[in-house]
Amino acid sequence: MSSKKVYKNAHDAMDGILRDGLTILSGGFGICGIAENITEEIKKSKIKDLTVVSNNCGIDGHGLGTLLQTRQIKKMISSYVGENKTFEEQYLNGDLELEFSPQGTLAERCRAGGAGIPAFFTKTGVGTVIAEGKETKIIDGVEYLMEKAIRGDLSIIKAWKGDDSGNLIFRKTARNFNPPMAKAGDICIVEVEQLVKTGELNPDHIHLPGIYVDRIFEGTYTGKKIEFITLTE
Amino acid sequence: MSWTREEMCNIAAQELKDGYYCNLGIGMPTKVANYIPEGVNVTLQSENGMLGMGPFPKQNEVDADIINAGKQTITELPETSYFDSSESFAMIRGGRIDLSILGALQVSEEGDLANWMIPGKMVKGMGGAMDLVAGVKKVLILMEHNARDGKPKLLKKCTLPLTGRSVVDTVITDLGKFDILPNGIQVKEIAPNVSIDEIRSKTEATIIN
Repeated sequence: MSSKKVYKNAHDAMDGILRDGLTILSGGFGICGIAENITEEIKKSKIKDLTVVSNNCGIDGHGLGTLLQTRQIKKMISSYVGENKTFEEQYLNGDLELEFSPQGTLAERCRAGGAGIPAFFTKTGVGTVIAEGKETKIIDGVEYLMEKAIRGDLSIIKAWKGDDSGNLIFRKTARNFNPPMAKAGDICIVEVEQLVKTGELNPDHIHLPGIYVDRIFEGTYTGKKIEFITLTE
Repeated sequence: MSWTREEMCNIAAQELKDGYYCNLGIGMPTKVANYIPEGVNVTLQSENGMLGMGPFPKQNEVDADIINAGKQTITELPETSYFDSSESFAMIRGGRIDLSILGALQVSEEGDLANWMIPGKMVKGMGGAMDLVAGVKKVLILMEHNARDGKPKLLKKCTLPLTGRSVVDTVITDLGKFDILPNGIQVKEIAPNVSIDEIRSKTEATIIN
C-alpha cells in the first residue's frame, strides 16, 4: 500500500514542486544527515529567492553551501553559519538575509509548527538580542519569551532506511534536525540510503511514521563526507 | 605562575560528579573529558542528538554518521542513545543536564554571559549556547582571565551581546576559580604564586573576599 509515495530518483520526486520563493526546511547538522540528492536537484532547477530553514548552511561546495554559490538562497534561518566563506561574503555584502534562532528554539519552532502549536514560551534568549521585539511573560515567577512556530512549503529530509509507506529509520547522529523539519513542511520529500518494501521494517523501530512523508526515493551516494575527521591520540 | 590550559581543564574536571549528565562546549571545554577523575562516571551529551558520547575514533572506527556538536568524529559507548534535535533540547531546556562547561568572551558579576558575537566581526551564530545556559542546572565557564589586549573579562556589566542573563555559576581562569554569588564574585581557589591583589588588579568585577 501507499506505493504512490515512491519515486525513482530526485528528479522525479521533485516534479511539480519547485518554484521561486519557496520556504525550504532542511534536515542535517553540519553535513551530517543532509539530503544531498535533493539539494543537487534544487541546484539544477535554478529556482531562486529561496528561504532556507536549516541549523547550518552546509560548507563551501557541499550541501546547502552549493545553493549559496549559485545565489539561489535569499534568506537563511539558522543557529550557526560558521565554516562557510561564501555565506560570510554574501552576508557581509548584504546579498543574503540571515535570522539567527538558538538551536533548541529552532528545533522546537519546527516541531511546534508540525504539531499545530503556533507559538510557545521559552527561557532561551531572555535578556539577549534574540528577545528584541518578542512578547515576554512572567510565568510562576520566571521570565519567558514567546517564539513563533515555523512552517515551510517543502521539507527536504535524509534518512537511512525507509519503506514504500514512508516510514523512516535514521542512523546515529544523522537523525538530528530531520524529524522536526519533516513534520513542519506542507510537502515532505525524503531520500534514503535503502528503500525497502512496506512490512520489512520493524514497526517498533520506526523513528518517523509515514504520515509525515509525501514522496520518497532511494538516493545515490559516493561515500559520506566528514567535516572534521578527529582521531584518538 | 598562572594555571596552564591543561591545569584549568583538570580543575574543571573536579566539578564533574559521579552520575552527572554533562554537555561540554566546543574547544577547551571538550578537553575536560580527558581529565575526569577515576571512578567518576559521567555521561556526556552532545546537542546534535547523542547521549553517552565516547572518545575520538581510531582510523578504522571513523563513521560519518557519528559526530559531536563541533562536527568532529566521535565514537559510541554501550550506554549510548540517539535522538532528534527537538528531543535533545527538551532534555537540556527541561533541566536534565547537570552541568554545562563553556568558553566565554565576558562574564559579569551578576552571572551574565557573553560568548557568541563581537559586533562588527563576522557572526557565526549562537548554536546551542543560549539554550544550554538557560536550561542546564549549572554553568561553568573556562576562559583566560584577561583578553589578549589585557582587558578584564570578569566585568561589572558585559559590553558584548549576551548569551544569557544571570546564568553563570562558576568561572575558572588561568588565575583562579570563582563563584558568582548574589553580592559579587568570590575567589574559591588561586593559581600558584598569584596573589589576590593581582587578581583584583586584573578584574573589573566586585571581588567579595
